Amino acid sequence: MTVLRAPTDPAVTEAARSVLKGRTAPRLLTPLALLAVVPAAIPTGFLVWTVVRPGGFDAGGFTAGRLLELLVSTGWLVATVTFTALALGMTTAWLTTRTDLPGRRTWSTLAALPLVIPSYVGALTLLASSGNEGMLTQMLRSVGLGAVPSFTGFWAAWGALSLWNFPFVHLLAVPALRRLDPALEEAASGLGASRWRTITTIVIPQLKPGLTGAALLVSLYVMSDFGAVSLLRYETFTRAIYTQLRGRLTLTPALFLSGILVIIALVLVFAEQRSRGRTVPMVARPPRHQRPIRLGARGTVVGLGFMTVLVIASLGMPLLTLGWWAVRGSSLGNSAAIIAGELVNSVGVAGGAAVLTAIAALPVAVLAVRHANRTSRGIESVAWAAYSLPHIAVGLAFLVIAVRLLPAIYQSIPLLLIAYVALFLPLALASTEAGLRQVPASLEEASRSLGMGQWRTLRLVTGPLVWRSIVAGGALVFLTAMKELPATLLLRPTGFQTLAVEVWSASSELFYTQASVAALVLVGLSAVPLFVLVARGLHV
Amino acid sequence: MLATALLASGCGNASNDTSTTAAAPEDGAATTTAFAPDPEALVVYSGRNENFVEPVVDAFTAATGIEVAVRYAGTSELATAILEEADNSPADVFWAQDPAFIGGLANEGVLTTLPDDVLSLVPERFSDGDGHWVGVTARSRVMVYNTDLVSEDELPGTVFDLTEPEWRGRIGIAPTNGSFVAFVTGMILVQGEDATRAWMEGIATNDPEIFDGNGPIVDAVVAGDLDAGLVNHYYLLQRIAELGEAPAENLFFPTGDPGGLVMATGAGVLESSDMRDAAERFIAFLLSAESQAHFLTLFEYPLIEGAGTPEGQVPLTELPTLDIDLTDTADTLEPALTLIAEAGLS
Repeated sequence: MTVLRAPTDPAVTEAARSVLKGRTAPRLLTPLALLAVVPAAIPTGFLVWTVVRPGGFDAGGFTAGRLLELLVSTGWLVATVTFTALALGMTTAWLTTRTDLPGRRTWSTLAALPLVIPSYVGALTLLASSGNEGMLTQMLRSVGLGAVPSFTGFWAAWGALSLWNFPFVHLLAVPALRRLDPALEEAASGLGASRWRTITTIVIPQLKPGLTGAALLVSLYVMSDFGAVSLLRYETFTRAIYTQLRGRLTLTPALFLSGILVIIALVLVFAEQRSRGRTVPMVARPPRHQRPIRLGARGTVVGLGFMTVLVIASLGMPLLTLGWWAVRGSSLGNSAAIIAGELVNSVGVAGGAAVLTAIAALPVAVLAVRHANRTSRGIESVAWAAYSLPHIAVGLAFLVIAVRLLPAIYQSIPLLLIAYVALFLPLALASTEAGLRQVPASLEEASRSLGMGQWRTLRLVTGPLVWRSIVAGGALVFLTAMKELPATLLLRPTGFQTLAVEVWSASSELFYTQASVAALVLVGLSAVPLFVLVARGLHV
Repeated sequence: MLATALLASGCGNASNDTSTTAAAPEDGAATTTAFAPDPEALVVYSGRNENFVEPVVDAFTAATGIEVAVRYAGTSELATAILEEADNSPADVFWAQDPAFIGGLANEGVLTTLPDDVLSLVPERFSDGDGHWVGVTARSRVMVYNTDLVSEDELPGTVFDLTEPEWRGRIGIAPTNGSFVAFVTGMILVQGEDATRAWMEGIATNDPEIFDGNGPIVDAVVAGDLDAGLVNHYYLLQRIAELGEAPAENLFFPTGDPGGLVMATGAGVLESSDMRDAAERFIAFLLSAESQAHFLTLFEYPLIEGAGTPEGQVPLTELPTLDIDLTDTADTLEPALTLIAEAGLS
């Protein structure tokens, strides 16, 4: 049927589409998927409603000119960071999977590790290593060079967000690159196409679904980030929302800005879905062994140099700065209380979030991949829209709704977990969907034609093939939830402190020793599961 | 790496000498790992930082046996939350870092009237006129400046000088911080809205560095990345105590200048609280000799009689300040917030 033709063949496209269209979803699937996105729908719906309801379009003193300024500054940051993160992530993925770079398994793991460093910690260390008192300046001064200026503003924000977002791209690009069919590339070069032409006409179209997903993830993250841009003092939408929240006695301007941001995010998500609709689900066959591209001596040096600089900047420098602070502060006799309580709390809620989102992602992913229709696309959009919101807006929405409608769960762990599901569902979703897409529909069809029901097929046939992606998604959620800050600040029970909250509150009052100890524990704790996850997922 | 962190924290604990209260804080005592809030605990919303508050809270629990759960966040955030929570608020006590926001809550009728024996512990000028909140500590607004970058004769005689061209790009402010907002309310009370608006716009067009908190301003000034900033007096002193000598000084503006506002941090009990007795005991404990002595070590001014003056500082009665009733700052809170927003600073 389809396996013998190139995936870009229009006849295949048609056949594949019709197969998927014709199949009806199991009856429970759509309601389950709808239930799974209820947490994501709540803040999105609430924030849009606060803007569009009659009398709701009240900017609370925010001028149109200022709004435009924010749109431009945010958009510019999003575009540049997405571009850079994609470039960096693709390069590291390519270098570590398709070339003969020495030590590429280690490099691949190292390229994914910066995920353990929250953007606000990274930004803090960037700030701290620059300026007249920073580590970098002291290092440069010791060799007789001048001071490094304080890293703030656009360039610092761009650098920080690119450095600590490219691992997302790397993690998504590696399995995508592994699944490339070398036969096609060999055929292309056999027919005389240059390497560049092969890349643009054969490789990139196959990577497009994975890449657009990664690009969306990064763009939405940048739109939503407030920790890094606040510390580095670059004015974006989310920073303005946070400022409105902290600087006023009414929620109106903060809610208004959040509503605008939701609408923008929905537009972005919609656009991505339209672009994805035109690509073909990858026809999977056991990939032929991919021959690594020889780099040669010069290429190896360049490749190694690139990886070294990147790893030092994204991993080495922040860890060194944190350690330096911790040790320097301790030597001055400052208190840094052991943070066992925060540790348990962080792991507890992050773990709970991971399990819940992994479960919630399942019906949505199955619906989106196997029974793609307008409903499934709508459900996905809702999930992705919530991801785009600044976490503080989501926290705010849940806070207001809980206070007004459900006081029983106000400031409780269940509410926090619901917020986490709303925020992080797309992380689990992207991974689960990617895994599902690799499973050929023909396998499931064969199983059903042999008499197994749809649910049993999903469980016994598809399950074993995708469980790694599901676990990877859950692990990603765990890591991200560990780092989560603003929603946790707003929604946690009183007295319930996580490591992230500890870092933030300590550093905002100059208790850097304490902040760095908490940050190091946070990073160390996140590194362990990430290491395991990455080692299995990247090298499987 | 994990080992280093734990080792560092272990070393830190061994040489900890900042606690002056009788009971040493237990590790993680202020953090609950219970996955549900203790219904018997007194809930305190604190706009003051944890390191500042925790030892006092632990001492209170040790002395009275009443469990306390503290929520730390920015004063304005907490005030907004309390207003939003209304009658369902889990909070029993609100401890703000400035008088304007807690006064705003008092104006909304959210706070109870405190008993006279609590109110009488502090000088009248540092408490609410209607008895809804009582001052716990006092702080002065200052301009912190880097001594290498700002010469003696450049120092401004008044905060209004900062809109002059020679200060372009050299000042840091934290417009969303409660103390800054309180300072603006003071300026409105003394100079009126129009003069304040002119000053805000002057500052906004003078290329200031905008920060989210006072700590980073002091950091930048000490490092020499920023020339000067408008903060509270104790930040620099705490920093010098933690990290050693620094080429920076606090400039106290003269009496009558809004830049030199001396204000109290205020604590009050919520009307919606069902633990009013315990809440009042807590506030009384904040005004005990023991607690006030603790605040002294962190360079804030304690308010009860005979508590002393922070090391190396001018006594509270001699501090130059603004002659206003701190209670009135609540009335100019909304205008202040609007002016700050209209100037584009928030």
